[in-house]
Parts: sequence; structure tokens; C-alpha cells
Amino acid sequence: MIDPVSVASSIAVAAAVTWTLRAAPFAALVPLRRSELLAHVGERMPLGVMLILAVYSMRGAMAPVETSTTLPLVVALAVTVGLHAWRRNAVLSMFAGTAVHVLLRSVLALA
Amino acid sequence: MSAPAPDTASAPPLAPDAGDGAAAGWRTVMPACIAVIPLGLAFGVLVVQSGLDWWWAPAFAAFVFAGSLEFLLVGLITAAAPLAQIAVSSLLVNFRHVFYALTFPLHRVHGLGWKAYSTFALTDEAYALTATPDAANWSRARIIAIQAGFHAAWVASVALGAGLGTLIPPEVQGLDFAVTALFVVLGMDAYRVRRSVPVALVAIACAVAAAFLAPDDMLLVAMALFVAALIGSYLGGRRRRRTASASAREDRP
Repeated sequence: MIDPVSVASSIAVAAAVTWTLRAAPFAALVPLRRSELLAHVGERMPLGVMLILAVYSMRGAMAPVETSTTLPLVVALAVTVGLHAWRRNAVLSMFAGTAVHVLLRSVLALA
Repeated sequence: MSAPAPDTASAPPLAPDAGDGAAAGWRTVMPACIAVIPLGLAFGVLVVQSGLDWWWAPAFAAFVFAGSLEFLLVGLITAAAPLAQIAVSSLLVNFRHVFYALTFPLHRVHGLGWKAYSTFALTDEAYALTATPDAANWSRARIIAIQAGFHAAWVASVALGAGLGTLIPPEVQGLDFAVTALFVVLGMDAYRVRRSVPVALVAIACAVAAAFLAPDDMLLVAMALFVAALIGSYLGGRRRRRTASASAREDRP
């Protein structure tokens, strides 16, 4: 069982950091507009951070490589990427990829 | 850009049927509310499947109110990640919000309490829906209606997802792929904005290197390496520009 105090404190920390990031910049609009470093890092961050998070979220199914976990992951990734490149519909890509993953994982777990 | 003074006297006249109250805000935010329902359902299901009580799901939605971070947070919490790791992950995942202050019409939201809520609820969607030039003249009621409407839709769909999640039998496995799918989709969308293969390769290299070097702190190490690489590329680029402009000056007769 997960300790409720640690869940609540994790939520509090995440909420505090997020709120600070959203509110504090209003107090520093002028230096913010001028900073070239911030603009350089900020433009490139979303792409890189999302890719790091994607790799991070897959680490459990990549090492060790096992048919029952790695195969569903690879197929579901192909479905998600292919569908998103084709239709550009985030909800459709996510749901189709997850559905394929759940189906393969559940079936392979029974076998 | 010469923005008009943000007072009602100089605000341009509104179209007769447009209105500028909460109702106009609801109309603006409604498509975003409908669009976010599937993601909210998925997040609610994920919370329950991760072994947390169902009511944590609306708590995440109400207090953190940052979709992609919430998905990540569930995994960090079930892995018993230390608070420092949660703080740094939150900082990096939501760093993009720093730039939303540049256009968000907070000057129209009068009153400290309303300003506090408005900054708290400054999500990607709130930013996107107010990123039009005429938003600089919208009323407080209209702006708050957009943010509160989206907040309510997110919490409600997450709570519904958590309720549905309790009905899913344990034989069903692999729902956690929703998190991977979310980040892959967001990564592809980010690539459409910033078409940089080097940035993508460096990020993936940082993630893989961190997975081998520091498996227990993979996320922190990967993000730190990536930010260091971006700062390095900025400093390198600046030096190159400086040398280039210096040599250009010398070449001039």
C-alpha cells in the first residue's frame, strides 16, 4: 500500500513548482523577453523533454528484452507513431496504441 | 507593437452579439473541454490501475492541473521517488510555462485572489485560447470562465475515468502504455514546431546514457545532461557568431 502522506506531499511539491513556474514570470517580464539563453533553451526543450520522458516510460519493457513485454511495446509504438504521422489526431493515436498494447500484453500473459 | 491601454474606455466596441462575460468564455473553452475528456478518462484509469485509491485521481487533477506532469507523477509516486526528484521533474516538464506570461492577459484579471487562481490555472490550453490579440481586451469574467471551465472539465473527466478504472478486471494488462503514447505524441507535435533532428538525437542519447549510468536516477540525470547540452550549444553558437562577425569586420576594407 502506498503511504497517503507521501502521495499528498508529492502532489503538494508538484503543484507548488508548477504554480511557481506559471506565476513568477509575470514579475520578471522584461528580463525574460531579453534573455537569449532562455529563448534558446526554451525553443528546444519541449521536443527533447518529451522524448526523454517517452524513453523513461518505456525503460521497464526494454530491459530485459522479453517477448511478452517488448513485442507489445514495439508494435504499439509503431501503431502510435504511424497513426499520428498520418492523421495528426493525438487522442486517436494514443487510444489505438494503448488498445493494441493492452490486447497483446493481456493475450501474451495468458499464453 | 503598440497595444491599446488596457482600460475599458479604449477597448474596441464588441460585435453586438459577441458579449464579453462568462458566457463568451464558456463558448471559447467548450471545444477544449470536450477534447480533453478522453485524456482525463485515461488518466483516471491509470491512477486506479497503479494501485492508488480512486479519489487520488481528482486530487491530482484539481491541485496539480498539468496533464503531462500528472501522468509522470503517478509513475514516480508508485516508484517511491524522493521529493527532490519530483520537484526537479516538475520544473523540467513544466518549464515551458515560463513563456506563457509573455502573452497571457493577466492585466485584465483584477484582484489578488483572481490573479492567484488565474496564474495557477495557466495551462497549455488556457495559454492557447488567450493567445489572440483581442484577448488583451477580454473581461475578467471571460478569462476566468475559460480557465475554471477547463479545470472543471479536467477534474470531472479524471474522476469519471477513475470510477470506470475500478471496473476493469486485473487480467487486463498494459494500460500504462497510455503514458508512453502521450509523450510520443507530444514529442511528434513538438517536432512539427521545432524540426531539429540533432535536438531529438541528443535527447534520446541523454536518456539512454542515463539509463545505463544511473538507472535509479535516470530521469534527473537525463534531463540534466540535456539542459547542459542546450546551454553548451547556446554558448558555442554565441562564440561562433562573435568570431564570424569579428572576421567579417576585419575583411571589410
